[in-house]
Amino acid sequence: MKFTLSWLKDHLDTSETLDTITEALTRVGLEVEDVEDKAKALSAFTIAYVVEAKQHPNADRLRVCLVDTGSGEPVQVVCGAPNARTGMKGVFSPPGSYIPGKDITLGKGVIRGVESNGMLVSEAELQLSDDHDGIIDLPEDAPVGMSYAVYAGLDDATIEIAVTPNRADALGIAGVARDLAASGLGKLKTPQVQPVRGSFPCPVDVKLDFAADDRKLCPAFALRLVRGVKNGPSPDWLQARLRAIGLRPINALVDITNFMTFDRNRPLHVFDAAKVKGDLTVRRAKAGEQILALDGKTYTLTDEQVVIADAEGVESLAGIMGGEHSGCDENTVDVLVESALWDPLNIARSGRALGINSDARYRFERGVDPDFCKPGLDLATAMILDLCGGEASEMVFAGEIPESKGAIDFPWSEVKRLTGLELPQVEMKLALTSLGFHVSGAGERVKVAAPSWRGDVEGKADLVEEILRIAGLDRVEPTPLPRIKDEVIKPVLTVLQKRTRAAKRLLASRGLVEAVTWSFISRDAARLFGGGSPKLALANPIAADLSDMRPSLLPGLIRSAQANADRGFGDVALFEVGQVFQSDEPEGQLIAAAGLRRGSARLDGVGRHWDGAAKPVDVFDAKADLMALLSGLGIPVGGLQTVAGGPAWAHPGRSATLQFGPKGVVGAFGEVHPKVLKALDVKGPLVAFEIHLDALPPPKYKPTKVKPKLVLSGFQPVTRDFAFIVDGKVAAGDMQKTAQNADRNLISDVSVFDLYEGPGVEAGKKSIALAVTLQPVEKTLTDAEIEAVGAKIVAEMAKRYGAALRG
Amino acid sequence: MNEIDTLSDKLLGEIAAAQDEPALEQLRIAALGKSGSVSGLLKTLGAMTPDERKEKGPLINGLRDRVQAALGERKEALGEAALNARLASERVDISLPVREGPEARGRIHPISQVIDEITAIFGDMGFAIAEGPDVETDDLNFTKLNFPVGHPAREMHDTFFFAPDANGERKLLRTHTSPVQIRTMISQEPPIRVVCPGRTYRMDSDQTHTPMFHQVEGLVIEKQAHFGHMKWVLEEFCKAFFEVEGVKMRFRPSFFPFTEPSAEVDIQCSRKGGEIRFGEGEDWLEILGCGMVHPNVLRNCGLDPDVYQGFAWGMGIDRIAMLKYGMPDLRPFFEADIRWLSHYGFRPLDLPTLAGGLTS
Repeated sequence: MKFTLSWLKDHLDTSETLDTITEALTRVGLEVEDVEDKAKALSAFTIAYVVEAKQHPNADRLRVCLVDTGSGEPVQVVCGAPNARTGMKGVFSPPGSYIPGKDITLGKGVIRGVESNGMLVSEAELQLSDDHDGIIDLPEDAPVGMSYAVYAGLDDATIEIAVTPNRADALGIAGVARDLAASGLGKLKTPQVQPVRGSFPCPVDVKLDFAADDRKLCPAFALRLVRGVKNGPSPDWLQARLRAIGLRPINALVDITNFMTFDRNRPLHVFDAAKVKGDLTVRRAKAGEQILALDGKTYTLTDEQVVIADAEGVESLAGIMGGEHSGCDENTVDVLVESALWDPLNIARSGRALGINSDARYRFERGVDPDFCKPGLDLATAMILDLCGGEASEMVFAGEIPESKGAIDFPWSEVKRLTGLELPQVEMKLALTSLGFHVSGAGERVKVAAPSWRGDVEGKADLVEEILRIAGLDRVEPTPLPRIKDEVIKPVLTVLQKRTRAAKRLLASRGLVEAVTWSFISRDAARLFGGGSPKLALANPIAADLSDMRPSLLPGLIRSAQANADRGFGDVALFEVGQVFQSDEPEGQLIAAAGLRRGSARLDGVGRHWDGAAKPVDVFDAKADLMALLSGLGIPVGGLQTVAGGPAWAHPGRSATLQFGPKGVVGAFGEVHPKVLKALDVKGPLVAFEIHLDALPPPKYKPTKVKPKLVLSGFQPVTRDFAFIVDGKVAAGDMQKTAQNADRNLISDVSVFDLYEGPGVEAGKKSIALAVTLQPVEKTLTDAEIEAVGAKIVAEMAKRYGAALRG
Repeated sequence: MNEIDTLSDKLLGEIAAAQDEPALEQLRIAALGKSGSVSGLLKTLGAMTPDERKEKGPLINGLRDRVQAALGERKEALGEAALNARLASERVDISLPVREGPEARGRIHPISQVIDEITAIFGDMGFAIAEGPDVETDDLNFTKLNFPVGHPAREMHDTFFFAPDANGERKLLRTHTSPVQIRTMISQEPPIRVVCPGRTYRMDSDQTHTPMFHQVEGLVIEKQAHFGHMKWVLEEFCKAFFEVEGVKMRFRPSFFPFTEPSAEVDIQCSRKGGEIRFGEGEDWLEILGCGMVHPNVLRNCGLDPDVYQGFAWGMGIDRIAMLKYGMPDLRPFFEADIRWLSHYGFRPLDLPTLAGGLTS
């Protein structure tokens, strides 16, 4: 919402400076977005008299002027303008001033051997117009030494404010002035509207043609004919004002409606009566009806929109934009002026459906003052009579002005309760009354009725806001919020929140870089990872590849890895910890942790190195990340099963599912399936893992923080190595467990220290070497005891896996 | 010169000239071994008269002691020289670069870091962290928050919707973290103090808007919490978060459907050479929206607005991250460009705490 300072002063009697006014606007909630103050920008430029202009001795096109600036001795200025002449008055720019049109700061200079102490400027140089044919040529009576901006009326600052949706009243300058007056910046002087007496009946009648439950679409409609007008250009002052706020003057009748829109937040419409056939009907449009609107575009309507029609069809889009056919031009003699009330919701929807953003729509969808419907028509009529002459008819009125809401029961203490600010009753009452509220009763509780233009005010909290914003939010003292209990803060994070945080730090400490990728991915990618349910597909995605809620973090990470590779960074290790979606219910949203490694981005190093190049990543890198994550999160992995074969995204032979029993799947790791890589247009090697943090078992409650007692053996551990030849399909992990179980008390560790397939080992078989550590507890082991354990391991391996000791 | 002195000179000379440990051992055996020259002399002592022994004994024993000492010294010297020679041969090019460890390569995304910072500050003030689903109902995202029917935010051009279900109800992606307020008030008895960080979604895309972004919502519901408390909480937060001694904040009346009175908050800053600094300067920068929880919202959650009151605020996590750490553009937050993440990300052990400072 834009207005000029002088326009504001039509409604506000104030001597405050522009700075004070703009500060106050922001303070009361009408945030100033921009101030354009030409007077400030042009303050250096003053009116000067050219005492003498003579030919430059060394240049045909230049003149040497002696200029009286109104202060001190006349100064010498070299000027190239063809219209520079003795006895003229122009605009002088002293050395040191900034010339906006040239983007230079003027200095003293010598031009072709003649000293020049300033400049006579053109309109173009001041960015006032494109006229650079000559210097500004002022009338004889222009006072020498006066600020040119003041003289030319350019000192009228333009202010632009942001108006919040609840403050429709501030979409009229009168409403802005009311707020400023209430906050003590002057006196409101908006003139009262005098009713216009019509001298003849309005020849055009109005019918509101709505079903009973549709009447809210147009609660009231006022109309009047003014005949015999002369519709030329509007007067200069009106044109100047409209131009200052960015509107194009059209003709007096149209300019008057625009003036009313901004001055009083009262959009109106004018019809050329000669082009209106018969009476006017306000109704829902018929599907398929068309109108050529004033913006030159033809709109096809549905019955969701409301129109004003005459005997021949639609003449205007109600509350949004008039029609071209019955618009007023310089030939208009008889004019119909309309002032109506519309349903804000319908206006908003219609405007949106038609794609029309007009000043009328903007105001009607926020709500105009219903009580100003008729006075608005009178005020516009008076302006027409004043500017265009003519004779006004009586007013035709259909519908009724809605009744105002009841008064609010208001205890003054509410202000202190909600804000902590203690204000004198008299100040609170003054704030309300100066905003147009009516306060009745006395004492601690009063009745407050909101003015008709404040449809947003519903209850006590709204009144507190009114009082607070006029008093000033800065008067509320920051008050320490006491702790609920006077004690050291208890931990506030849930198990899942702690695990989410810890997972990020853990993965980052393994050299993975955290990414935050889109929650929505393409339908195809979602399907590859078990998603793509119609319930999780957006009805209105912002882009085709951001259409479905992600079932997994991996598609986003995999695509990101490729994007990095495309930029020349192929060895990347990324992770994300974030939400994935299994259904559209809250329980269907899980927290996943996923990571991937591409190229040679391994834990212990990346890429080539003098000490040995990093190998390409393989599935065990992903497994290591995942096991480290579980261990770091303190998840007991004793009951965790690693089942060969993963989900569909993984290479079936190089992946596994991690589960606490068949129903307790927590995640998977593996090499990404070549088909998935191809579908996502990604190149490997690429290994990844993903787990659901929600699926992990909760930590066991422990009544004490004491750790289990540490028991150390005084006897040396003994290690024995075994190499077995087994079938290639036997899982080393199973063998490891079997060895461990051979003597659970004695065997403290079993590690796999060698794996061999190849020459020397029969095809289809492999050699697995285990190192078994025995930790005696009570006494040193004898050779016979050690042998016995060894024999048991060998026997178990033979029985379970057909394993033979390697010869 | 007598026999002993002659032998002494010979032996000491040979020891000093020995070039390695085997040669030295040879000399030891030749002098002190069973049939060594010095051992031979020592043996003669037994056959001497007491007077002779008295005279020769000290001389011969002295010879033995000198030879032993010389052998020891020479052995040590030779060992030292051998070690020096070995060390000299073991020299490496110490300028060779080592591999960067995983902890040097790993990074935490600025959004996670800022959420941890927010948690540290509000945790200290006794706020819990509340969360809610991204896929929300129209009721929780709009209706219960007092958005009127027909509010522009409820339209398809602002909000992401899912297809309507059999009852014609369509879910949506939450447009703000405010529905978590509602969920908290419905499920929890006051006093309530929570902050709710999370992902939010709007149909927007430019330098400072992305269709997905992050917000943090704060909510206090008690019997006395008022606007003054809210000012204190927000000022303390901004000081702690931006790690400055003081901030100047400007509360401007504004409008949100779910708060009344409402305010937008600007923070004073300076912008020199494209760098924003808080706690100084003359510019104002909008940082958050806040207000007293609207009575209708309290009622919608089953709370009596004449008994309970409180305040709420919301701000962009990405935005305050940009302000604090100087990223010029929001879009790269979600592009996973390793160069951006390595530069703007945080090291794994940079865990923000109040005791140690949010940043080191």
